[in-house]
Amino acid sequence: MTSKTTIPVHLDINGQHHTLELEPRVTLLDALRDRLGLTGTKKGCDHGQCGACTVHVDGERVLACLTLAAQAEGRAITTIEGLAREGEPHPVQTAFLERDAFQCGYCTPGQIMSAVACIREGHAGSDEEIREYMAGNLCRCGAYPHIVAAVRQAALEAAS
Amino acid sequence: MRDFAYLRATSTEAARQAAALPGAMLLAGGTTLIDLAKCGVAEPETLVDITHLEGLDGIAVDERGAMIGALARMGHVADHADIKGRFPAVSEAVWQAASAQIRNMATIGGNLMQRTRCPYFRDPSNFSACNKRQPGSGCSAIGGVTRGHAVLGTSEACIAMYPGDLATALVAFDATVHLGERQLLVDDFFLLPGATPDKEHAIEPGEMITAVEIPASAAARRSTYLKVRDRQSYEFAAASAAVGLELEPDGRTIRDLRVALGGVATKPWRARAVEDALKGKVLEPDAVRAASLLAVEGAVDHGANHYKIELAPRVVARAILTLGEAA
Repeated sequence: MTSKTTIPVHLDINGQHHTLELEPRVTLLDALRDRLGLTGTKKGCDHGQCGACTVHVDGERVLACLTLAAQAEGRAITTIEGLAREGEPHPVQTAFLERDAFQCGYCTPGQIMSAVACIREGHAGSDEEIREYMAGNLCRCGAYPHIVAAVRQAALEAAS
Repeated sequence: MRDFAYLRATSTEAARQAAALPGAMLLAGGTTLIDLAKCGVAEPETLVDITHLEGLDGIAVDERGAMIGALARMGHVADHADIKGRFPAVSEAVWQAASAQIRNMATIGGNLMQRTRCPYFRDPSNFSACNKRQPGSGCSAIGGVTRGHAVLGTSEACIAMYPGDLATALVAFDATVHLGERQLLVDDFFLLPGATPDKEHAIEPGEMITAVEIPASAAARRSTYLKVRDRQSYEFAAASAAVGLELEPDGRTIRDLRVALGGVATKPWRARAVEDALKGKVLEPDAVRAASLLAVEGAVDHGANHYKIELAPRVVARAILTLGEAA
């Protein structure tokens, strides 16, 4: 498909500024993966049903597959590549490792981005609440019990 | 997804004018529209992005009611302390909808414009017949797999189920939608399919939802949203009920009752027959269960969705009785 026009889109991703020439239909997910090489954000269903593409926009978790890149202009975007600080993994990343909260790993970046926001929102107060507020992230390997354990551990660490 | 032109609105007036042009559509959270564009159902020539407009995302609650800006996002509404306190059914309907990510994107105005999840509507490449998509082309759902289709408010042209949760709570409490100068009851904003299922909302070209207003009431303050579904979370309703209850000072006679159904009808479905049958009566289980059967008066099933006719009254009854127990 050829495009009639492209538009300049300025994106602030993980604290770095990028200017891209994009067709208006390009989603934030495709801009991240195909144009910027930030392939940590995964494409699962591409229809807002699986959560693999979860990123933060202005600190809140959203789905990059249903966000146009142009819409994200002027917002602060954080992807899984932007979580670590000074070479140290984010505490939620560490908790996922320690709790073995994945099998194949494809959903994991989305799970972690979702979990970081879930804890920050105050929606990780119990296993039941974690399951409800992490429901937008599907794991086809069925690692859910370990994911809940990892989120619970990270939430407790954040609270202490 | 077919390409389109992108226009970022700088004012509500500019957005209205731009969206009134042929082929143009307003874009808010995008959770319905971008999805349907990928499905080939929505084919906009221009998207008018209103998410950068300021001043339309407020949530104000006082003793008269709640005024929620069209761009307030679902997650913020669900977590708002005064919405939880004065309109618990609204908060519960919203947090049980979709996922946390989608609720952070989806706006209240956009939520009212949510389209059906009818799998035939969503799949034009495999099912060319859909009166909602292409008027006069027929209905692929009738005679097809109907487990998720409506049993109330259907027509010979369309049996697509309205999938939203929020609007179900809104119709129960007589909320209005603000379209600039014009206001409509949410109940009147949603249209029955009849012979024109392509026309789902009483909104005209050049109009834009600016706010949703919910009047305060004792029934809204003592309310709940019960959603029954195939899985515990992140799933559309098999049947749901928004219920509000006000008792007389004796603590047992029903003064006011509001009942609306989700997951079973072609639009958010106010069940006034249940309300009228119980108002002035003593709240007791047998009477509630008998009256709740009126919720599905006139229901028509299409085979696999018959269970909804059995399920919906039970959901209504359980919601009313649960509220009655919670003093």
